[in-house]
Amino acid sequence: MTPRTFSDVVYLSSAVLFVVGLKFLSQPRRARRGNQLAALGMLFAIVASFIFIWGGAGLDPAALGPERLHQLAFNRVLIIVGILAGALAGTLGARVVAMTEMPQMVAVLNACGGGAAALISTVEFANFMAEKAAGKPVDPLGFGATLFGGVIGSLSFWGSLVAFGKLSGFLERAITSTFQRILNLVLFLALIAVIVWIGRGGGTPAFYALLGVSLGFSILMVLPIGGADMPVVISLLNSFTGLAVAATGFSLREPALIISGTLVGASGTLLTLLMCKAMNRSITNVLFAGVGAGMAAAGAAPVGGAAKMHREISADDLALLLANVQSVIIIPGYGMAVAQAQHVTRELADLLGAQGVDVKYAVHPVAGRMPGHMNVLLAEANVPYEQLYDLDQINPEFERCDVALVIGANDVVNPAARSDESSPIYGMPILDADKAQHVIVVKRSLNPGFAGIDNEIYYNPKTYMFFGDAKDALQKLVEATKAAA
Amino acid sequence: MSEGTLILYSIYVLVLAIFVGFEVISKVPVQLHTPLMSGTNAIHGIVMLGGMLVLAEADGPLLTWLGFAAVVLGAMNLFGGFVVTDRMLEMFKTRKPTGKSS
Repeated sequence: MTPRTFSDVVYLSSAVLFVVGLKFLSQPRRARRGNQLAALGMLFAIVASFIFIWGGAGLDPAALGPERLHQLAFNRVLIIVGILAGALAGTLGARVVAMTEMPQMVAVLNACGGGAAALISTVEFANFMAEKAAGKPVDPLGFGATLFGGVIGSLSFWGSLVAFGKLSGFLERAITSTFQRILNLVLFLALIAVIVWIGRGGGTPAFYALLGVSLGFSILMVLPIGGADMPVVISLLNSFTGLAVAATGFSLREPALIISGTLVGASGTLLTLLMCKAMNRSITNVLFAGVGAGMAAAGAAPVGGAAKMHREISADDLALLLANVQSVIIIPGYGMAVAQAQHVTRELADLLGAQGVDVKYAVHPVAGRMPGHMNVLLAEANVPYEQLYDLDQINPEFERCDVALVIGANDVVNPAARSDESSPIYGMPILDADKAQHVIVVKRSLNPGFAGIDNEIYYNPKTYMFFGDAKDALQKLVEATKAAA
Repeated sequence: MSEGTLILYSIYVLVLAIFVGFEVISKVPVQLHTPLMSGTNAIHGIVMLGGMLVLAEADGPLLTWLGFAAVVLGAMNLFGGFVVTDRMLEMFKTRKPTGKSS
């Protein structure tokens, strides 16, 4: 068996492991094993690649000069150094990152993948140019795939970095709509011009211009989108990276990359649509409504803003209130994640539970910055799984519940989604916290959330605002509760 | 195998992989959306192999270092992706043994 045949056979087993791994990843009980199976498939694929490359990589050593042989040996050393460096950086980063920063981490890792695809396409483009210069016929499919891989890889790279910046709060939404439309048009014309340039024999400079246009597109695409929609954007860019990897598979003639990249592209697209569905929005609405939503919010905010009244409550009063209730539903949101308040939240829930209060957690599908974000955090704090409830399960219970305790959540409890057709979040399923007897909102200020809209629930006569950083505020509440008990 | 047949086979693979990708994750509970995204993110870390292939044959300093950068980025994506996904899923597991206090 030649090294090529051997590696192809191993790649087939890797592909099977990826498919089974993905299948398991979508089932709660087998998800972790699914990830491990996919990792095993990856290990096989890496070993097969080593055997293929060290077996000569399809090159004939007899036909190569000593200098070239020396360089190939050097390149092999670089491969090992590169893998070790990347593996070390990636593993360390993945180990030390806080659970609250998972969305940012996925964005960075996705940027790495997209960047790698763009770099491979750059090298492949140069190889195509060299072949052309040597008078060899150029495979049009591979050439087209190289261009595609370069554009989409670069789009994923820069787009993910912008998404990372928005999630970390470095970047704010800053582009006006007309300006953006003009820029979009200019970039689109530039893209066509560059493709024509490459088609007419433009060399490496044309390819760099193509990457540059792609950079412009990625920034224009991601920058206007609200931070609350970043998970959807990251998921979409994740599937883009999959497509870019599949494209590099075409240009390198490597079926393993075609299969894996396409799998990720397809399942990532489906996952993106599922996420949109959980927010009751369409993907076009998420991607292109950013500017419009910003304007609508700006128009809506001043209406009666100052006249509205809210009531505040102190930790001691709140502890007294909570000591005399039978049921509490906790609604966690991004504020809890940012403040790392999941552990103290659980401490409070345990205290209340010990006093005989029935405590439940209502987890909105898109609470936090990623779907499932709250589940991960509450699981980290060892909250019993049976206390977590989905939107559909918990909503009928609010009417019978004494206190809805909203911890750093905002848009997911905004009644405007049910009643106000002009609201950007109209139609999004929400948790009916306002139907509880009392609503307690733990929040740093009255500022609107990521959707940028005001929330009626703060001014509801049933609502008490408990201001403060979620962790500090809850810590005080825990102490007050202990003192009262 | 002729060049044309090889291209056609690649396209077969592409089309079938699209269907498999759609079918394999038809129903996903919401709490697994993030780990699944992270898991698929790790799988496209296979781009590292593409980086290895171009670096193995790279000629001249510019292409060599571009290929090297591709390997480093690909390895970060691959190893970081699997480790981060495992960390997320590990947390889901720990909730089982913890009993309810009340």
